[in-house]
Amino acid sequence: MARRSSPEVNAGSMADIAFLLLIFFLVTTTIETDSGISRKLPPMQEEEVEPPVIKQKNIFQVIVSRNNDLLVEDELMELGELREAAIAFLDNGGGVGEEACDYCQGARDPESSDNPEKAVIMLVNDRQTEYGTYIAVQNELVAAYNELRDRTAQRLYGKSFTKMEADYDDVNYRGDKERLKEQIQEIRDMWPQKLSEAEPKSN
Amino acid sequence: MAKFTKKKSSELPAVNTASLPDIVFMLLFFFMVATTMRETTLKVENTLPYADQVEKLDKKDLVMYIYAGKPSSRYRSNFGTEARIQLNDNFADVSEIQQFIYAEREAKREELVPFLTTALKVDEETNMGLVSDIKQELRKAEALKINYTTRTGKASQNLE
Repeated sequence: MARRSSPEVNAGSMADIAFLLLIFFLVTTTIETDSGISRKLPPMQEEEVEPPVIKQKNIFQVIVSRNNDLLVEDELMELGELREAAIAFLDNGGGVGEEACDYCQGARDPESSDNPEKAVIMLVNDRQTEYGTYIAVQNELVAAYNELRDRTAQRLYGKSFTKMEADYDDVNYRGDKERLKEQIQEIRDMWPQKLSEAEPKSN
Repeated sequence: MAKFTKKKSSELPAVNTASLPDIVFMLLFFFMVATTMRETTLKVENTLPYADQVEKLDKKDLVMYIYAGKPSSRYRSNFGTEARIQLNDNFADVSEIQQFIYAEREAKREELVPFLTTALKVDEETNMGLVSDIKQELRKAEALKINYTTRTGKASQNLE
C-alpha cells in the first residue's frame, strides 16, 4: 500500500506577512539618542554668602556673544583653537612653593593659572546665544579636561582615563575595581572640572 | 535510460526562496527587540546639536526628559514660532518645571530619587535664554544632575 502524504500547508505568503511586519517596525523604530554631555548644576545659594575671591590670573574667561562669536580672554577666537587654549591655561602650573604643580607640563607662565586646582574656566553666554554654539563650546572645554586626564592616566597607569572609566563600568572587567576607583578619583582630583557658568546677560 | 533523459530540462532552475521567510523573520525580530517606542509625542522641533565628549545614559527609567524647541509646523498656528518647553505630552511654561520634577520624583521609589537625571533635549537653534531659565528652575527644584542630550559627531558641525 502506498503511503499517503498529508497535504502541505502553503507557506508561500509567509514571507509577505513577515515583510509587512518588518516594514512596520522599520518605520516605527526610532533608535533613541541617549548620550550627551553630563553636567552638574551648582546648588542654589543664599544671597548673603560672599563669593570666594579668585585671582584674576586663575580665571579663564570664555564669552559667547549673541552673534555666536567666541571671545576668549577678551580676544576673538575660532572654536577650533579653544581646546588648545584651555589646555594651555589649565596645564600652565605657574605657581611656586605651596602652589606648585608637579604634573603640569605647561609653559609655567606666572601670568596664567597657578595649578589645575585653582584654575577656573568661566563661561558667560548671552540670552540670544544659540544652544548649538553653547554645546560646541561646552564640548571643547570638557574635551580639554578629558585630554589632560587622559595624559596623566597614561603616564601613571598606562591607559587612558576614558578606558579606565569604561573598565570600571564593565561587568566583565577582571582587575581590581576598588583600586581602579581610587585611581579614577585620584585623576579627577588632579584635574577637577571647575567650569563656572555665570547667569546670562540679557542685553 | 529513457528515465534519466526525461528529467533533464533545458531551462534554468528557479532560485530557491524557501529560506527567505527565515531571513526576513530574523530581521523582524532584530527590529522588534531594538525598537523602543516613544513614550511622548514630540510637539517641538528637535534637532539635537553634535558633541563628541559624550557619556551614555544607562538607566532609562531614571531619566526625566525635558524637550525644548520651536513648535512643530502643525502647532505653529496656535503656539507661534517662539521656542517652547514640552513636558510629557504638552507644551509647558517655565514655571511648571518644578511641579514636573516633583511629580516625577513622587512616581519613583524613594531610594532611587538621588540617581534621577534630567535629560535636556533642546533644539540646536534655541536661544540660551530659555535653556538658562530651565536650568534655573532645575536648581530651585534641586535636580542638579543634568545631561545635555546630543548627537555624536564633531562639535564644529553645530556652527554650520
